[in-house]
Order: sequence, then structure tokens, then C-alpha cells
Amino acid sequence: MKLITAVVKPHRLDEIKEALQAFGVHGLTVTEASGYGRQRGHTEVYRGAEYTVDLVPKIRIEVLAEDDDAEQLIDVIVKAARTGKIGDGKVWSLPVETAVRVRTGERGPDAL
Amino acid sequence: MNGTDTGFVLISAALVMVMTPGLALFYGGMVRSKSVLNMLMMSFISLGVVSVLWVLYGHSLAFSGDSGGFIGNLDMIGLKGVSADSVVDSFVTDAGGKAHQISTFAFSLFQMLFAVITAALISGGLADRVKFGSWMVFIGLWVTVVYFPVAHWVWGGGWLAQLDPAVIDFAGGTAVHINAGVAGLAAVLVVGKRVGFKKDPMRPHNLPLVLLGTALLWFGWFGFNAGSELGVDGTTANMAINTQVATAAAMLGWLAYERIRHGAFTTLGACSGAVAGLVAITPSGGNVNVFGALLIGVVAGVVCSWAVSLKYKLGYDDSLDVVGVHLVGGVLGTLMVGFLAIDGAGGWKQFVSQAIGAFSVMGYTFVVTFILAFVIQKTIGFRAAEDDEVTGLDQTAHAETAYDFSGTAGSHLSAAAPAPAGTAATSKKVDA
Repeated sequence: MKLITAVVKPHRLDEIKEALQAFGVHGLTVTEASGYGRQRGHTEVYRGAEYTVDLVPKIRIEVLAEDDDAEQLIDVIVKAARTGKIGDGKVWSLPVETAVRVRTGERGPDAL
Repeated sequence: MNGTDTGFVLISAALVMVMTPGLALFYGGMVRSKSVLNMLMMSFISLGVVSVLWVLYGHSLAFSGDSGGFIGNLDMIGLKGVSADSVVDSFVTDAGGKAHQISTFAFSLFQMLFAVITAALISGGLADRVKFGSWMVFIGLWVTVVYFPVAHWVWGGGWLAQLDPAVIDFAGGTAVHINAGVAGLAAVLVVGKRVGFKKDPMRPHNLPLVLLGTALLWFGWFGFNAGSELGVDGTTANMAINTQVATAAAMLGWLAYERIRHGAFTTLGACSGAVAGLVAITPSGGNVNVFGALLIGVVAGVVCSWAVSLKYKLGYDDSLDVVGVHLVGGVLGTLMVGFLAIDGAGGWKQFVSQAIGAFSVMGYTFVVTFILAFVIQKTIGFRAAEDDEVTGLDQTAHAETAYDFSGTAGSHLSAAAPAPAGTAATSKKVDA
């Protein structure tokens, strides 16, 4: 199994959710996050004092996937998240040792 | 006793009362979220401390008799001798030139709330870093040795009222705004900069609160300014419309400067500009026409917008710009009316009186406030401990938090179960 993590622009969340549902993903976890990549932050002005705000609001989406689906799933997320402008975010995957469905105790791919 | 005039002054007093919580929100939105309650309380507590001192002896020191033009006497301690029949003169006169009379209670209440907001104004310079108990002591002593005498100079028949021509200060440019602005500067120089000043970002945490506070200030200011006629006549209405148009012009002036200089029309700029305009029209609005009010407003907006950046160049941490807005705006309004006053009053002679008024208050208030703040710092301590300041005074001085940011608010994750008073959870000594 793989854990796919995507840190993307908040307004792309609905597109990504719909694309994942169409692909057949049954569940995901979303958290609000902040951070920066190459685009860095933006400048704000308060009574003439300029502040560089480094951390930009993002959302982090986490999805568990079977090994065979992982590459395709990453493509689905990237396609739905892309606006073509700077600051679109990143997607990566990690190997997962085990997963358990709490209600039934099922393990491994059966738990997804 | 004139019922119409007395009723108007009572309504105006209630409007002025709303300005202090309005100021609390105006300031509170500008600080960081870890010390917003402390900022709100620094203004709000003035309604407690100063109201009590006013009826005990403040009214007497400001408005009872005269001792050498400097201060009143103690004959009216606890409003002694004031009854439901007591009256003072209004500025409104009848056809024969005889002054209308209003209830002394209404007059005293109105003046009390001026003292309250003047003390509260100082807090903007000292955001995030003073002990709350020491602040209460400070404002109690400050109104006693600074505000009550200066109010006497200007309005109580003191030496500024005896100048020829008398200083024009319709609603408190010298006694309120210059006074609070200079006091803020002196106190800031004693207390020092916030930890991380000029280094860490200190963004306003809630601009909607700032706008709400500005709206309450603007609303209440009609009572503050127009009410200062102590009755209802054409001057009252002139003051009211001048208050509106000067404030509007100042908002536009600030925003124009900001758009050219920094590239954006900011919400904080619109609010700050409005307050700068309200400050500048306070001394002058009863004595200028609408063009004078527009000019005073737009100059105040532009100049104050520039003045708020001085603290970074000169290195004093006037956190929320009491100097840049109230001192600078107050001086502008006080000096400009010297030339712009209608009915033949404007000119060099009047300007000289205005300058004497502005600079004498600046000198007296700076010296006395500096000494007062210094004595408090050396005895009970004025500045909060550094780790309390960094943690945030809401927790360390008030044992509260303004906002529950977690999505689990109210669940067992967000707070410990309430414990009976005196047990471990509540017995931690709060260092205020």
C-alpha cells in the first residue's frame, strides 16, 4: 500500500474530491495547512509597515491506495489540482506497512 | 434650567460613553491575538477607575473655583453641594444674550466621560507589555496630576481660557488628544519597546474589529463634538456636520497617500484616516465653515498617514500610533483653526494663542507623565515580565484566552474539566 499526500491550493479541493470519487476512492483525509515552496509568500501593508508573509494557506489531502493504483491516482490528483500558475503545490507517496479498519479489524488492502 | 439643552447633553454623554468600548475594539483588533483581551481591558477599565475618581474629586479639581489659573479647588469633593436644582451655564444663549442653563449632573457626567476616554487613549502606545494592575494605578494618578489640571486650564476658567484671545478648543484637541498623545509618548519612552519590535511581524489580528471600533468612535464622536456646545443651537449643528465632512476627507486623504506610497487602499488606512479626521476636527469644528473642515480633514489624513512611519525611523515603539494619530492630528486641528476660524477670529493673534495652548500642554504633560511612569516602573514595576509578554498577557495577566481556535471547542480535548475555586487549576497566582 501507499500513502499519497498532496499539498495543494485550497480552491482546488472540490475538483480533486470529484476526480478521486470518479476514480473510485472511498475515503480521504483533508487538513488545513500552511507553508511555502518556490513561490514564497506575499506582502501585506499595515499603516505603511510592509510585512512579508511567508506561509501561504494550503490544504493537505491524504489518501491510502493499493500499490497498483498509486501512480494513476497521483496523476488524477495532479491533473485536478493544476492551474498552471506558481504555487500549485506538491504530491508525493510513501510506502505503508499496514492499515486496519477499526470497526471490523480487517487488515491490509481489505481495510481500504 | 433648560430641559432641551440638558436632555441633549445627557444623550451626548451616552454617546461619548460608547467611544471608550469603541476605542477598545479599535485598538484590540490591531494587536496580536495573544494579548487582545489585555488591550480591550486597558481601555475598558478606564470606565471603572476614572469614573469613580471623577465624582470623588476630579470634577472639583477641574471645575470648582480657580487656584492661580492652574487647578480648581476641593470645594466640590464628592459633588458636594450639587443637587437636582444645580445648574451650570451652557454655551447656548437666548435672544438677549443670556446663557441657557443645564443640570450640573448632566455637565459632570459629560465631562467625566471625556476624562475616561482620554486616559484610555494612552493605552494604544503601550500595547502588549505592561502589568495590568500598574496600568490601573497609572491612569488613576495620571488623571489626577495631568488630566484634571489641564481640563481646568482649557475649560474650567484656567490660564489658557484667560489668554487674549482665548485658546479655541471646542471639544478637546489640547485637553484630550494632544494630552493623551504626549502622555503615550512619555510612557512609551519609560516602558520601552515590545520584544521583537521592528524584527518580528506584528500584524493586526482582526481588522473587522478595528472597523467596528472605528464605527463606534465615529458615532460617539457626534456626542463628543456637538455635545461640547452643552446645548442645542446652530453651532451644535455646524459642529456635527463638520465632524462628518472632516472625517470623510481625512479617510480619503489617508487612503490617497497610502495608495501612492504603498500601492493599496487598506482597511486599516481607511479606519486610521477617519480617526485622524475626528481628532483634528475636535478642537476646530465649532469655529470653521465646511471648507475649513474639509481642509483640516484632508491635511490630517495625509500628514498622520506619513507621521505613523516616524516611529520606525526614530525607534520608539508607539505600538498603535497614539502619537502619529492623536498627537499629530490634535496639533494640526488646534493650529489650523488659528487661521481658519470664521467670524473674523482667525489670524496671527489667534494662531499664537493656539500655539501656546498646544505647546504648553505638550510640555507639561510630557514632563509629568514621564516622571509618573518612571516612578511606577521603579516602585511597583510598569513593564510586564518578558516571558509573560511573549506568552501573551491574556493568559498571564487575565487568566483567559480570547478565541478558541481548535475545531474541538467545547469537547474534552480543548479544556480541562472545571475545578472548584482554590484547587490546582485555578489557584495559580496571576501576576497582573
